[in-house]
Amino acid sequence: MAKRLNMRDRYRLMTRLGWETSYQPMDKVFPYDKYEGIKVKDWDAWEDPFRMTMDAYWKYQGEKEKKLYAIMDAFAQNNGHLNISDARYVNALKLFIQGVSPLEYQAHRGFARQGRHFTGEGARVACQMQSLDELRHVQTQVHTISHYNKYFDGFHDPFHWHDRVWYLSVPKSFFDDANTAGPFEFMVAIGFSFEYVLTNLLFVPFMSGAAYNGDMSTVTFGFSAQSDEARHMTLGLQAIKFMLEQHEDNVPIVQGWIDKWLWRGYKVLSLVGAMMDYMLPESPMSWKEAWEIYFEENGGALFNDLARYGIKVPDYAEICAKEKDHISHQVWGILYNHTAAAAIHTWMPDEKKMDWLSAKYPDTFDKYYRPRFEHWKEMEAKGERYYSQTLPCICQTCQIPMGFTEPDDPTQIAYRSTEYQGERYHFCSDPCKQIFENEPEKYVHAWLPPQQIFQGNCGGPTLDDVLKWYNIKVGADNMDYVGSPDEKRWKEWKGLDQEDDLPATGTE
Amino acid sequence: MSTVFLALQDVDEARPIVEAVLRDNPEAKVEHQPAMIRLTADNKLVVNRETVSEIMGADWDPQEIQLVLISFGGNIEEDDDHFTIYWN
Repeated sequence: MAKRLNMRDRYRLMTRLGWETSYQPMDKVFPYDKYEGIKVKDWDAWEDPFRMTMDAYWKYQGEKEKKLYAIMDAFAQNNGHLNISDARYVNALKLFIQGVSPLEYQAHRGFARQGRHFTGEGARVACQMQSLDELRHVQTQVHTISHYNKYFDGFHDPFHWHDRVWYLSVPKSFFDDANTAGPFEFMVAIGFSFEYVLTNLLFVPFMSGAAYNGDMSTVTFGFSAQSDEARHMTLGLQAIKFMLEQHEDNVPIVQGWIDKWLWRGYKVLSLVGAMMDYMLPESPMSWKEAWEIYFEENGGALFNDLARYGIKVPDYAEICAKEKDHISHQVWGILYNHTAAAAIHTWMPDEKKMDWLSAKYPDTFDKYYRPRFEHWKEMEAKGERYYSQTLPCICQTCQIPMGFTEPDDPTQIAYRSTEYQGERYHFCSDPCKQIFENEPEKYVHAWLPPQQIFQGNCGGPTLDDVLKWYNIKVGADNMDYVGSPDEKRWKEWKGLDQEDDLPATGTE
Repeated sequence: MSTVFLALQDVDEARPIVEAVLRDNPEAKVEHQPAMIRLTADNKLVVNRETVSEIMGADWDPQEIQLVLISFGGNIEEDDDHFTIYWN
């Protein structure tokens, strides 16, 4: 009987199936692999440490699915949604299905499309598996969270919202940028910067937040997805090392992409910072702590490893370090101001949460943010809960409303602008401005929600017109948590007095 | 000196892997967090097929680690006999 092949040989024989095309020249079959300036001498140097073949892929993914769906069924059958700490927590899941799940779909499309354009089969196979993984993630997220859709508002049309709603243009523009880049930039943007450097800053906050707040189904989905993420991280790191080892001319191009995409990813993650500091009744850690562990420490080890290629930590990281005491509070303030136009609830933190924030942010919370929250709470108590009556100016690049402050002066709104072909463009920061100025022809095409609303392209002139166009249910999906149908139902299910002003943490 | 880490789900299937790591990597440390086991070591951490199989009492394929893997920090090297995480 023939001896079974070892993993290396099996993998090589089942994946290295490429050939020099003869019906059409290679440059026509692979038209995008040169224009970015990345030089590849030898695709045979591509290594895939996980060495997955399709049969192994189907076997292991199948096992993961059986476990995952069994737990989802148990969660639904046992009304698991009643075991969460408080219904405010559910808004973190709304942010997830609205902000993250459509990005998984974008990643699925991106890896399928971009991956096809590498001449090396190892890269194509790995991208194809990642494309399947990302579609799996969309499906399992929708399936997991569909249970919450039966009982809470804000879940019913996330993909439509991704295309139209103002705060979701932040994650949308991030991925549109990557999907309209070339294949090598895509790998650095998503495979490396997002899936390796920044992945823990997306997943750990949501998953530990779920664990601390009694949401077993999300924890289970999270762990099931994370095992796929390990392969994604490997692909991203391998892609980076391959580019850097193939030719020294690639180093400055790759460094530029790492700089850009670290910044773009960091900006999107500011939404996660606000979520973890404000939306979780029981908080595992602060944004500041997460940044210190998952970027400053873990990222430090990674960049030490890459230093031998001439790669360095992006300069922009200094700004991120200065801002770690500020951005979550600023973003929560922005969401609070504009929650009448959003499909999530917001609310003012209670005393226990404010004390937690004081402890986690000793240099900044009491000085800059507690006073404004106490002011808004006073307005609420008078029946004048503040809702902004206008649309914010947003950054042309990251598309976040310009509520961020100067890195060295938290009392000054940071504002930058540049002129290009007779038009003025606005930015929240130097890095966003630099990203624009490096590729203005790309970013002038940005679909900016406030501008589009003012141009009359979003359903009509009034807020109600726009909300209808968004398919956001007024008085249910939007507005403060206090007084919402979510709150009323939660109190009914838990047998709590409707008149009680419950603390935001715990239900006892 | 850079720290490598391996985070596994805190489930039955992971326990022989954790035991094998602690046996084969004397300097490795283990930390328990909610639903997660985090193993750390300086520069390198090796999971040996033979050790895990012996502890489990069954043949274990290093690719099976994917069923309980949450995250890791470091470069990966894997074949039929081991799964290694390392920094250069």
